[in-house]
Amino acid sequence: MIEISKLTKTYEKSSRALKDVSLTIDDGEFVFITGRSGSGKSTLLRILLKEVEPTSGRVVVNDMDLGRMPRRYVPKYRRQLGVVFQDFRLLKDRNVYENVAFAQRVIGVSGRKIRESVPEMLRMVGLSSKYKSFPHQLSGGEQQRVAIARALINRPAILLADEPTGNLDPHNAMEIMGLLEEINRQGTTVVVVTHSSEIVNMMRKRVITIQRGIVVGDEKESGYWYED
Amino acid sequence: MRISTFWFCLKQGLVNICRNIWFSLASAAIISACIFLFCVFYSIITNVQYMVVTAESTMGITVFFDESLPEDEIHAIGEEIRKAQGPIIKDMKFTSAEEAWESFKKEYFGENSDLAEGFSDDNPLTGSASYEIYLYDINDQEPVVKYLEGLSGVRKVNYSNSAAAGLSSFNKVLALLFGAIILMLLAVAVFLISNTISVAAGMRKNENKIMRLIGATNFMIRAPFVVEGTILGLLGAAIPLGAMYFGYRQTVTYVVGRFQILSGIIQFLPIEEIYPSMAAISLALGGGLGLVVSFLTIRRHLKV
Repeated sequence: MIEISKLTKTYEKSSRALKDVSLTIDDGEFVFITGRSGSGKSTLLRILLKEVEPTSGRVVVNDMDLGRMPRRYVPKYRRQLGVVFQDFRLLKDRNVYENVAFAQRVIGVSGRKIRESVPEMLRMVGLSSKYKSFPHQLSGGEQQRVAIARALINRPAILLADEPTGNLDPHNAMEIMGLLEEINRQGTTVVVVTHSSEIVNMMRKRVITIQRGIVVGDEKESGYWYED
Repeated sequence: MRISTFWFCLKQGLVNICRNIWFSLASAAIISACIFLFCVFYSIITNVQYMVVTAESTMGITVFFDESLPEDEIHAIGEEIRKAQGPIIKDMKFTSAEEAWESFKKEYFGENSDLAEGFSDDNPLTGSASYEIYLYDINDQEPVVKYLEGLSGVRKVNYSNSAAAGLSSFNKVLALLFGAIILMLLAVAVFLISNTISVAAGMRKNENKIMRLIGATNFMIRAPFVVEGTILGLLGAAIPLGAMYFGYRQTVTYVVGRFQILSGIIQFLPIEEIYPSMAAISLALGGGLGLVVSFLTIRRHLKV
């Protein structure tokens, strides 16, 4: 569960990214966070990843208060989150298998466990046959599937996706959203930051809309209503 | 640490070296130069010390007394010397005038000892009773000689201050010279290793960022770079050690052959005696330098 109360983030030169944001995301929910560029939705994601510290307010994720978390616990906290980016952020010099295995290698998972879990994850995202391919040999949709597999390999409770379809054509975008929905059905909380109205309208999930750092809408099974 | 983590860090360290091969080679080369000089210096110092020790064990101070001085008074002066300089004296040997003449006869006439019979009733070395004094440390020779020369009843003090003392001061000059060169090379090595690690960190910035977001600890992010630095340091040490192992014998053979006239003074230690300690210090120096510099450098690049 994610509980955010009165969250404010002000960057230097007094540009305010978030103001008094309060919201709760329950376990197993699928949530879109929408808003135009610069509205503060990516800042919210970075605060959840503990990449940036809020100016004020409280953020509790899975009963862990991020404001009171000592720095040495941050790596362990991040292992409970999976994260997917618009630009995929794959390692170009490693093949699909190694890109997914990387997420386990860097946290010290045994080689035996890696050999078991990576093929299973690649099966889930439909890339079993391409495990030897390098990122440049894959389509955008396939690269994003690899990124999703990497995000999920450590079985996180929450998956955070920052514009996951931003670099994809509509067909691939729909496939990726279908995959995220499937992941959500299996129990993972999915938080997708996007400004794609097509995706939001098609999915009919909870939509939290942020405008100039303020939550201006929070509706269940909603569509995209903010006018760019 | 899991064995898989160890292999991961080792592999990433090697990958870093390969990606950045020219910088890596430059770093290893400068460490090699530094450690080669250290090895040369170490070999010379160890051998000079060995020669000094050999000289110290063979060179003594000989004290001669006034010719008219009776033997019991000579013994009394001997006791006085022993009391005053006891802690620094390794050995002290009395040679009477008769013993001196016997020894001289043996050495000078050899098998023709009958030639010395003409002196049978008249010891030509009367008044040559002496004390032979051996010191623990050759550096104490100068003050001891001054002390002995100041004693009443002492006629003459013989000692050699050229060879052993000269070797000692040679050691000091050499230490200063090599120390200065090694320090300069170390500074260049630190700069190059630091630069190599910085370039590697720059090349892996994206990867480090991903690692951080996935939940890798600082240790896991730093370790490949520290491994890289340590490997470069060890590689830099291994090259001159290999060269020394084969070059030392050749050099010793050459010097001994070229300067046969000095064979009594110049005695070299066999490679087997100096190599283990030299190798241990060199590997610790190279590996330690790489480890410390890469660790300190990567700390600056940790925030991604």
